[in-house]
Amino acid sequence: MAFIEIRNLSKVFGPQAASILPQLSEERSKEEVLQQTGHTVGLYDISLDIERGETFVVMGLSGSGKSTLVRCLNRLIEPTAGSISVGDVDVLALDAHGLRDARRRRFGMVFQRFGLLPHRTVLENVAFGLRVRNVGKEERLERARHWIEVVGLSGYEHSRPQALSGGMQQRVGLARALATDPDVLLMDEAFSALDPLIRREMQDELMRIQRDLRKTIVFITHDLDEALRLGDRVAILNHGRLVQVSTPAGIVLSPATDYVRAFVEHVNRARVLRVRHIMEDAVTVTLAQRGSDVTNRLLASNGLAAFVQDARGRYQGTVSFHDAGQNPERPVAELLREEALTLAADMLLEDAMEPLGDSQLPAAVVGDDGRLLGMLRPRAVLLAMGANRVADSFTSKLGTAGQGAAQPSRTEAARSG
Amino acid sequence: MGNLLTGSFPAGWRVPLREWTNSFVNWLVANYGDFFRGITDSLLFVLVQVERFLNWLPWWSVVILVGLLVWHASGKRVAPAALLAGLLVLVGAFGLWPQLVTTLAIMVVATSATVLIGIPIGIALARSDRLKRWVQPVLDAMQTMPSFVYLVPVVMFFGLGNVAAIFATFIYAAPPVIRLTDLGLRLVDEEVVEAADSFGASERQLLWWVRVPLAVPTIMAGINQTIMMALAMVVVASMIGARGLGQEVLRSLQRGDVGLGLEAGLAIVILAIIMDRVTAGYGKRMETGERAG
Repeated sequence: MAFIEIRNLSKVFGPQAASILPQLSEERSKEEVLQQTGHTVGLYDISLDIERGETFVVMGLSGSGKSTLVRCLNRLIEPTAGSISVGDVDVLALDAHGLRDARRRRFGMVFQRFGLLPHRTVLENVAFGLRVRNVGKEERLERARHWIEVVGLSGYEHSRPQALSGGMQQRVGLARALATDPDVLLMDEAFSALDPLIRREMQDELMRIQRDLRKTIVFITHDLDEALRLGDRVAILNHGRLVQVSTPAGIVLSPATDYVRAFVEHVNRARVLRVRHIMEDAVTVTLAQRGSDVTNRLLASNGLAAFVQDARGRYQGTVSFHDAGQNPERPVAELLREEALTLAADMLLEDAMEPLGDSQLPAAVVGDDGRLLGMLRPRAVLLAMGANRVADSFTSKLGTAGQGAAQPSRTEAARSG
Repeated sequence: MGNLLTGSFPAGWRVPLREWTNSFVNWLVANYGDFFRGITDSLLFVLVQVERFLNWLPWWSVVILVGLLVWHASGKRVAPAALLAGLLVLVGAFGLWPQLVTTLAIMVVATSATVLIGIPIGIALARSDRLKRWVQPVLDAMQTMPSFVYLVPVVMFFGLGNVAAIFATFIYAAPPVIRLTDLGLRLVDEEVVEAADSFGASERQLLWWVRVPLAVPTIMAGINQTIMMALAMVVVASMIGARGLGQEVLRSLQRGDVGLGLEAGLAIVILAIIMDRVTAGYGKRMETGERAG
């Protein structure tokens, strides 16, 4: 069971929302419904699983319902139909008291325009959630100080929010949300109001904090680059309907609909794809084999280098075709190239490009445990950066894509949006 | 039919609002006289205490106090403080110091009562559109109804004198603070409220920790307006027996004493400027988020 389960969630805005709902269907567009009934469809039949510790990004343009979706989670907006559970709590079944308690303990929220109290200091703002919860003054200020330090705002405790830059104000917002130690961090366009450089800095900051905390984060954005950068998985919404849920690589390499494809076209793939997404099978040999064995194997596969594994599959080194051809009788152990390049499987292509360009031989791709997983040639990188048609040849590898995702990515079938 | 054609209003169409009102007011006075007398006595007690305290203060300490207050409210600027303290001395030099103190006492009590009653009403209006629809025309009437109209019943309920003046002042001066409290609360940045809501703030926490503090600059503007309007009532109130500067203006009118009228009028203006600078100054400082202290 996933940590957050959303089932058949719908939200219709208007006086007779509940009675309009049954009239909706896959085919009727948002505009039709609005024209015929005067009701606005915010969300239609959304089902999602979000895992504990995952950074789950919901991406969509304005009017896609993404902000409505995140507000349904803590019922700042009351859903029309469906169910939401967070851990063992059925969110929609909570009464007013239970809901308040859930908001105090389970959810922390970060807002686009920060939502800070202008008449309070940074310290008091960060402590706000704890004060609401009636935590004693000493304790809440101490905990607030801790989180101010975590987000890098030490020294600004007694400033007022409007004396700070936008990026710093959002650090206050983030610290306020974290200070209550929530199970779920809801971030509604949290970085959208910041200028590009600061935004990137805040993304890095969030990823840094998330590495230690492993919170369940539901992050809303209209910026695909941000979604692909931050998300373990990304959901794409259009007109209140779910279009695709996948890992960033899955979104980029196999967009489910033309709508997603149009988005993905302009994405810098080097910042999304990782080495393991485009690596190829390596020709492997063992230390005990000789140069002639290497040349025979490589001639068969038209390769430039063979990769040496031990009995447990761990990478030992690389032998070039040229060296093996010159020394057919010598054992592989004596032919290893010292300058051979190895790349971590999780490395972004952006980071892999330069070392790969410098290397004369294909790079060995190695997992966290030191095992050889495959090889990477510059050719594969060029193809991945290039035309869309090539992408199809990589999608078979997406089964293992997505760092940290607890389950294989489920690329949901497209609903026409 | 013939009547309609001639164009004069039919004499038979008579709504006896006058009779109804008179008998209602008389009935109130006859049956609830003790109630009104109770209010009169307790307000009078407060008023006497305030006036006694202000009279107990040496005149120069009042001048210094006002100077300090203006200095602090204006963001520690010396010039306006010195100017206004000097003007206060001028009022004393007109021979109007006792009247000034009396007017000040009535103002303090009247505006405090107005603000204390007006702000909760404003809060209630901000929370209920329906209530607001009903109260809005009442506020309009309070502001536009000629004050002589309600001077008479006020006198019937509370007798001639300062207490009646306080009530007349309340009727005239309460609308701004009520309206601006309502407006300020409605203009509060909804994202801040939503953020507080998302952390599970209760209705009361939302009101007192978020909405009211964020509305304070607007509420202060309302208090400022209320005080200005209360000062405008000083002369009218003197007609129902309120003492102080208004009485001097009234006397100058009766005697044709232009000079006395000018002196008392200037004294009222000076008092108005002082109270305006102090309240507006604090309102502005709260707006910029600077802590007043």
